[in-house]
Amino acid sequence: MSEAATDMKANLIPIFIMGKRYDVPESLTIMKAMEYAGYQFIRGCGCRGGVCGACGTVYRKPGDYHIRVGLACQTVVEPDMYLTQIPFYPANRAAFEFEKTSGDPEDVFKAYPELFRCVACNACTKVCPMDVPVMDYISAIKRGDLEKATELSFDCIQCGLCATRCMAEMAQYHIAQMVRRIHGAKGTPNSDHTDEMVADIKEGKFNEELAVLKTKSQDELKEIYTSRPMEPAMADEFWKPDQE
Amino acid sequence: MKICYYPGCTLKTKARNLEEAGIEALRALDVELEELERWNCCGVVFSLADDDLLHLLAPIRDLIRVKDAGYDKVLTLCSMCYNTLARSNLVMKDNEEKRDTINSFMEEETDYFGDVQVMHLLNFLRDEIGWDKVKEQVKVPLKGLKVATNYGCTLTRPDEVGIDSAENPSVFEDFLAALGAEPIHFPAGTDCCGTYQVLGNPEAADDAAARIITSAADHGAEAIVSSCPLCEYNVGKRQAALLEKKDGLTELPSFYLTQLMAVAFGADPDALGFELNHVGSLPLLKEKVL
Repeated sequence: MSEAATDMKANLIPIFIMGKRYDVPESLTIMKAMEYAGYQFIRGCGCRGGVCGACGTVYRKPGDYHIRVGLACQTVVEPDMYLTQIPFYPANRAAFEFEKTSGDPEDVFKAYPELFRCVACNACTKVCPMDVPVMDYISAIKRGDLEKATELSFDCIQCGLCATRCMAEMAQYHIAQMVRRIHGAKGTPNSDHTDEMVADIKEGKFNEELAVLKTKSQDELKEIYTSRPMEPAMADEFWKPDQE
Repeated sequence: MKICYYPGCTLKTKARNLEEAGIEALRALDVELEELERWNCCGVVFSLADDDLLHLLAPIRDLIRVKDAGYDKVLTLCSMCYNTLARSNLVMKDNEEKRDTINSFMEEETDYFGDVQVMHLLNFLRDEIGWDKVKEQVKVPLKGLKVATNYGCTLTRPDEVGIDSAENPSVFEDFLAALGAEPIHFPAGTDCCGTYQVLGNPEAADDAAARIITSAADHGAEAIVSSCPLCEYNVGKRQAALLEKKDGLTELPSFYLTQLMAVAFGADPDALGFELNHVGSLPLLKEKVL
């Protein structure tokens, strides 16, 4: 074996997946390391880009009582880590009638009365792989500040790890999603350009163009799509696609 | 003067009239409330189980937020928040074993040693502002308004956090007198209003609230003033339902202390949230003093 080939060989480190030892290349993410070890994902794996929240993983390291978390697709393996994925956790998701809500916090309180069981233990925040201040947004909801809760929870990717740790048995991420939905739709003003665009669509402004598109073959559609005017990387805020 | 302010959840929802009037009134005294940027529910009630540290986490976390914001004193308008925060604070100050356990559990936070001073609006006005200064700001004296002082349980008990004598307090009377009103000290003024019993045992809450209202009316009051959202709910907001159940109960309008202060300081009464009080509250003020 040549020296170059030796250099290419990955350095293997031991990790423990659900208690069993595997030696895996040290540069892999947890997800790739699990695949390297022979696991095949049909669940617990989604975008592989750190935004879908499907691959929440908990692990510990020897001699340290702290629970550590990460998304399997984003977290690089460490020697002697022992881990398991928690891609899904049973969680209460309340039904509510979107049309009937007015953006009033009382609607959230009624849908999720368990909110008021929170004792501010903060375990949710500590287990969030996205560093969302979960306990703080729950506190904001409890005092009816849906705007703040919307802002604080905005980076949530719905992985559900918060719900695994909640001693009040809440599914915080579902509550926050309801808050963002009703606050976004009912608690914030509509943007003018959206209203204008919806009105344009209703008036049939784009019907003719749509009718033309419907006659095109798949290849023609691809051509139209790839040759459409695209916003340059350095465009200013006034850039508009060529209307010609 | 700027002071760190802990609002409490109810003051942001059902008791907005307590907070908004308080901010308005304190502005007249040149006191600016700096609301904590981060805060959670105070825990609402101090747990009496001696080994229940879990329910201390919420209030202590709030006190840590006070320290982290660079303050060593915090003001509350709600007497329930006051009581819960002050008693939790004492645990951290006096009980080394519990303090260590709690600090260790909350290792993501700054260690805390019970060194924040928790104040309620009433002792803040008495001890830091002074009744004379309050008097100076009065533009609309509440002359002739007979108001019963409803201390409830949490302002004066237990003794180690009480802002006044539990048996014979006077701070609320001094407050009303400074505003030009006629304080009515009445025997049931330090009784329990029924608090959360209104959920699990509504008859008991009805009896408790009716006793307070009756005692106040018997002593010549034409309104009741409270500093606690639960008291105001049980004796004020819910009074209409109570009148239907209790024969011979006298109807008494109800206020938060901050609303009376703001009115006396000349604030626009229509901006003080009286629509959240007993329906007769604003009409009584208009009839008597405005």
